[in-house]
Amino acid sequence: MLSIENIADSIDAWLNRAFSPSVATLLEGVLVGLGAITFFAVLGLVLVLMERKVSAYMQIRLGPNRVGPGGSLQTVADTLKLAMKEGLTPDGADKFLFNLAPFMVIVVAMLILAPIAFAKGSQLWDINIGILYVSAVSSLSVIGILMAGWASNNKYSLLGAMRSGAQIVSYELSAGFSVLSIVVLTGSLRISDIIASQQDGWWLFKGHIPAIISFVIFLIAVTAETNRAPFDLAEAESELTAGFHTEYSGMRFALFFLAEYVNIFIVCAIAATLYLGGWMPLHIGHWSGFNLVMDYIPSSLWFLGKTFILIFVIMWFRWTFPRLRIDQLLDLEWKYLLPLSLFNLLLMTLIAIEGWHF
Amino acid sequence: MIEEIGTTELGELVVNLGPQHPSTHGVLHLVITLSGETIKKVEPHLGYIHRSIEKMCESLSYRQFIYVTSRMDYLSSHINNHGCALCVEKGMQIEVPPRAKVIRVLMDELTRLASHQLWWGAMAMDVGALTPFFHAFREREAINDIMEKTCGARLTMNYMCPGGVAFDLHPDFQREVKAFLAFFHGKLDEYDELVTDNVIFQGRMEGVGYLSREDAISYGCSGPTARASGVSCDIRKLSPYEVYDQVRFEEVTGTGGDCFARYKVRMGEMRQSISIIEQLIDNVPEGDFQAKTKAVLKLPKGEFYSKVETARGEFGVYIISEGATTPYRIKFRSPGFSNLSALDHMARGHKIGDLVAIMGTLDLVIPDIDR
Repeated sequence: MLSIENIADSIDAWLNRAFSPSVATLLEGVLVGLGAITFFAVLGLVLVLMERKVSAYMQIRLGPNRVGPGGSLQTVADTLKLAMKEGLTPDGADKFLFNLAPFMVIVVAMLILAPIAFAKGSQLWDINIGILYVSAVSSLSVIGILMAGWASNNKYSLLGAMRSGAQIVSYELSAGFSVLSIVVLTGSLRISDIIASQQDGWWLFKGHIPAIISFVIFLIAVTAETNRAPFDLAEAESELTAGFHTEYSGMRFALFFLAEYVNIFIVCAIAATLYLGGWMPLHIGHWSGFNLVMDYIPSSLWFLGKTFILIFVIMWFRWTFPRLRIDQLLDLEWKYLLPLSLFNLLLMTLIAIEGWHF
Repeated sequence: MIEEIGTTELGELVVNLGPQHPSTHGVLHLVITLSGETIKKVEPHLGYIHRSIEKMCESLSYRQFIYVTSRMDYLSSHINNHGCALCVEKGMQIEVPPRAKVIRVLMDELTRLASHQLWWGAMAMDVGALTPFFHAFREREAINDIMEKTCGARLTMNYMCPGGVAFDLHPDFQREVKAFLAFFHGKLDEYDELVTDNVIFQGRMEGVGYLSREDAISYGCSGPTARASGVSCDIRKLSPYEVYDQVRFEEVTGTGGDCFARYKVRMGEMRQSISIIEQLIDNVPEGDFQAKTKAVLKLPKGEFYSKVETARGEFGVYIISEGATTPYRIKFRSPGFSNLSALDHMARGHKIGDLVAIMGTLDLVIPDIDR
C-alpha cells in the first residue's frame, strides 16, 4: 500500500545504498526540512483558500472563482502580490524588533509541527515529552505578537498586543488542563503512545463525559489561543483596524497571516491526536468486517480528514459568532472554563485510577 | 486643538479613531482618551465631509434644492426629499393628491426598511459578526430593485417633487412589492435566530451605552435612539403627515435605554414598516400622482418649518423666504448630529469594543451629520 511510511523507507534504503551512512542521514535531514517548509507553505495556501470558500458559502457568495479552476490558484496569486509589495517600516518603530516579530511567530508555528504524527510512522520527532513540548512552544508565540505590537509604535498595535497577551496567557491554562486530562488517561506524554492507546477506540468515546467536556473546552481555548473569532480581539478590525499587525505590509504581513493558519492546523491536529485518535482508523468493538474496511483507508487520510473537520468547525465559529469584549473574554476563562476544567481533571483522574474508562 | 489633545493625565492614552477607520462608517473622527481599555472621553471632530449643503440650497430654486438633500442622509434619501417637499408645499399651500400621498408613504417605508437592513448588517459587523452583513444586503437588494424600476435610481431616488411624485407607479409595482414582502417575512425571524438570540451578541449589547430618558431629551436625541430610552417621539404619530393618521401601526418604544433596547426598537420598526406597506399596497387610490403647480415656485415671504421621521429620527427643514425664487436661508435639523452628541455621555466608562457597539446602535450616517 502506498503510504508515507513506505515511501520514506524506500527513500532511506536508496540513500543508504548510494551514499555513506553519515551523508545519507544529512541528506535525509535536508529532505525532511525542505518537505516541512513546502508542507508549511502549501498548508497556508490551502487553508486560506478553504477559509475564503467556507466564508463565501456561509455568506451566500461564491468566493474566489477567477484565478485557476474554481479559484484554486487565488491564494497563489495573492501570495505573489504580497511578495512583491513594499514592506514598510513606520517612522519611530523599533526596527530590529519590528522585523524580528513576524519571524518569531512563524518559527514558533514551525517548531510545533515537529512532534505531530501525520500518518502511521511519519513523525518528524517522536520526543518523549511531545505534548508538553507542544504546549510549551505554542505559548512562545505571544512573545512575537507582543513584540510586533510594541515595536510598531502604533497605539492600535499596542492595544491589540496587550489584549492578545492577556488572552493567550489565560487560555493557555484551560488548554493545558484539557491536554492533561488525556495525559492522565494515557499515562504518557509521547504523542505516538497517546495515539497507540486509542487503538480500540478514540478517547472522545472511551473517556465518558469528562473527555467530551475537555474536548469542548480544548476547542474553545485553542480558538482563543489562535486569535480566531469570536476571540479575535487582538486584531478586531472594527475596533483596532488590524490590531497587532496594523503596521505590517508585504511579506512580513504574509508571515503573520501564514502563521495564523498554520496555528489553526496545528491546534486542530493536536485535538485530533488527543481526542480522535490521530491517524488511527475508526474501529467499532467486534465488528471485524467494518474494522477491516476502515483499515484500508490510508492513515494520512484519517489524520487529515479529522483535522480538516475540526478546522471547518473553527471556521464555522468565526463566520457565525460576534466578537466578545475583553472583560467578557477573561470572565469566560477565569470564572467558567478554568474551574470547570480543574474539576474535570479531578474527575478524569478518578476515572483513570479506578479504570472506569472503556 | 493640539494643545488640548496633549493635556492628559498620567497613564492616559489618546487614540484617534478615524477619520479613516472601518467602524466609523465614513469620515468621522473621534478623539478618544483611554485609560487602559476604558474610555475616559470621546470627542467627535466633524467637518471632513462638510459640503455646505445649506448654503448651496440658497442658490437653488425650490424645485432643485430638494434633490441636494438626497446626499445628506443617503440611506433615507427619499424621506429627506419628502421633508423638503412638505415644507415647500406648506409654503405654496399646494394640496397633494391622495394617490401621491400613498405613493410617498409606501416609498418612505420601503426606504426605512432598506435603511434598517443596512444598519442591521453594519451593526453586526461592528460587534464582529461578518456574515449578517451579506444576509442584510440580500434583502436590501430586492428593495433597491423595486426602487430602480420605480424611480430609475437605487439609492438617491429623487422621486419627490413639490405637489406629488415625479411620475406614476409602474403597473407591476404592487405585485413586486407583495413578492418582496412574502420573501422578507421569514427573513426577519432568520435575523433573530442569527443575531438577536445569540448569547454573545446579547452580552455585548445589554447594559452597554445607557441613555436615560432625561438625557435622551436633553441631548435632543430622536428616532429609535430616543424611543429606546422611553421617549415617545415618532413624528409619524405626534404630527402625522400624508396618510400616517389613516394607517394602523405602533410606535415602537423601549425602556432599557441600552444598546440592546435600541437594537430591539429598530427590529420592531422593521415589522411596523412591513405592516404599513401591507395596509397600503392594495389601497393606492386612483387619480393624479402630482398636483398642478406653476413652473416657477415662489414661496411667500415668511418662515416655514416641516418635519418628517427618517430612519434615524426627526429630520426638520426650516426655510426663510423673502419671496424670491430661491430660499433666503435654509436650515436642516439632521437626526444624526443630535444623536452623535450623546455618544460621549454613553461611552464613558465602557471599553473600546463597547464604543463601536454604541456607534453601531446610533446608526450614524456621516454625511447627515456633516452636511
